[in-house]
Amino acid sequence: MTRALEVVSPGPLTTVQDAGRPGLAALGIGRSGACDRRAHALANRLVGNPPGAAVLEVTFGALEVRARGDLLVATAGARCAGPWPHAAPSRLRDGELLRLGPPVTGVRTYVAVRGGLDVEPVLGSRSTDVLAALGPPVAAAGDVLPVGPVTGPLPGVDVAPVAEPPDGDVALTVLPGPRRDWFDDAAWAQLTSRWTVSSTSNRVGLRLDGPPLTRTTQGELASEGMVRGAVQVPPSGLPVLLLADSPVTGGYPVIAYVVDGDVDRAAQLRPGQGVRLGTT
Amino acid sequence: MRLLPSGTTALLAELDDLGQVQGLYDALCEDPPAGVVDVVPAARTVLVVVDPGVTSLGALAQALRSTAPRSGRLEHGELVEVPVVYDGEDLADAAGLLGWDAAELVRRHTSAQWSVAFCGFAPGFGYLACPDWPAEVPRRSSPRTKVPPGSVALAGAFSGVYPRESPGGWQLVGRTPLAVFDLSREPAALLRPGVRVRFVEQRR
Repeated sequence: MTRALEVVSPGPLTTVQDAGRPGLAALGIGRSGACDRRAHALANRLVGNPPGAAVLEVTFGALEVRARGDLLVATAGARCAGPWPHAAPSRLRDGELLRLGPPVTGVRTYVAVRGGLDVEPVLGSRSTDVLAALGPPVAAAGDVLPVGPVTGPLPGVDVAPVAEPPDGDVALTVLPGPRRDWFDDAAWAQLTSRWTVSSTSNRVGLRLDGPPLTRTTQGELASEGMVRGAVQVPPSGLPVLLLADSPVTGGYPVIAYVVDGDVDRAAQLRPGQGVRLGTT
Repeated sequence: MRLLPSGTTALLAELDDLGQVQGLYDALCEDPPAGVVDVVPAARTVLVVVDPGVTSLGALAQALRSTAPRSGRLEHGELVEVPVVYDGEDLADAAGLLGWDAAELVRRHTSAQWSVAFCGFAPGFGYLACPDWPAEVPRRSSPRTKVPPGSVALAGAFSGVYPRESPGGWQLVGRTPLAVFDLSREPAALLRPGVRVRFVEQRR
């Protein structure tokens, strides 16, 4: 019998994610991949997978999956309510259900299965890009996701002592971006202060609410390349911090970039949560 | 060339014109500096993304400053022929905006030497430029919510082919049966930067 995960209920949004599609941006194809790359890699490590193996990225918990065959499973990222042990590899026997409640803190939980999810890759990756509509379809009830062959040894770790996503204000370090000079110092001071995460955020970007930023340079910007971490200012003046499914190019000025090491933490911010953008 | 910051993993090279962008892009593709993950050309810029575990932004800046642009794309690039039925809803309007009639637009569009300057907007959507294309065509004042796949269109100084159904504001001059983006084919994207394109009129 082929080992697999059967999706009983996907919750609000569950996608398959791996390390994405680097190297295709010149074709208009973004990187995509896990939003919280560190949690993705940790979930894989706990079950002895290569760090880039495909896992489930569960948004706001409430996932229910059933094992087909005996599986070894680990979650990382946002810890969800319920009895399932977090950040600790655990057996899920044939027919057994894994139920995640809502996340206690954070947004995205990564569910790795030893062997990795072996769905059909698209352009070299098993990541769902929600902006470009590329990759495996969003998980739906009844989906059966095959599990691949085991490749590496188990790490011999019972539980990974990692900090959980915080529930208060989160500080992220920003650097001036390519179009910092389209804004004056007052706008920069306003950017590097406290914002609230908007409920319209998704894998494409974290939308920030606060007093809108005003541009000093008017006119149209020819579209230019940008990557995850870019803080783009659309005509509304409300910044958007681009995440995993960032467009490859954009025509709104990028005032700043969040340093790459902080972008994973941004991907765990909830609607309504405070975020402080600061320089070092 | 002006190098602009783009976070801890990329630099944005800003150039004077599209020709310089293509020269730098072609040179970087032919001889990529160590640690480069992605090179993204656009109208005036080239974004270069690196793996910070392999190289530093300082080393990248140095490599970019010492890169000699490569010329001659129109002689060397791979050629893709795109058959077009010129019956687009905006054909007459677009021709009028350029001061031509429809037949003249078709004649000029099919005799021009296009090449893919850059991609964007959607996977496999190429912005096709031509050094001797004479004029800019404004976008439609109200974009369509649904442009059918294969639509051949004009906007600004560019031509494009919609890879799949999407909203769009370009002027539609025709349609091609050629799938410019097909995941079951290698390469999936036909219109990659540097590829030369010739539009060939096809009777309906």
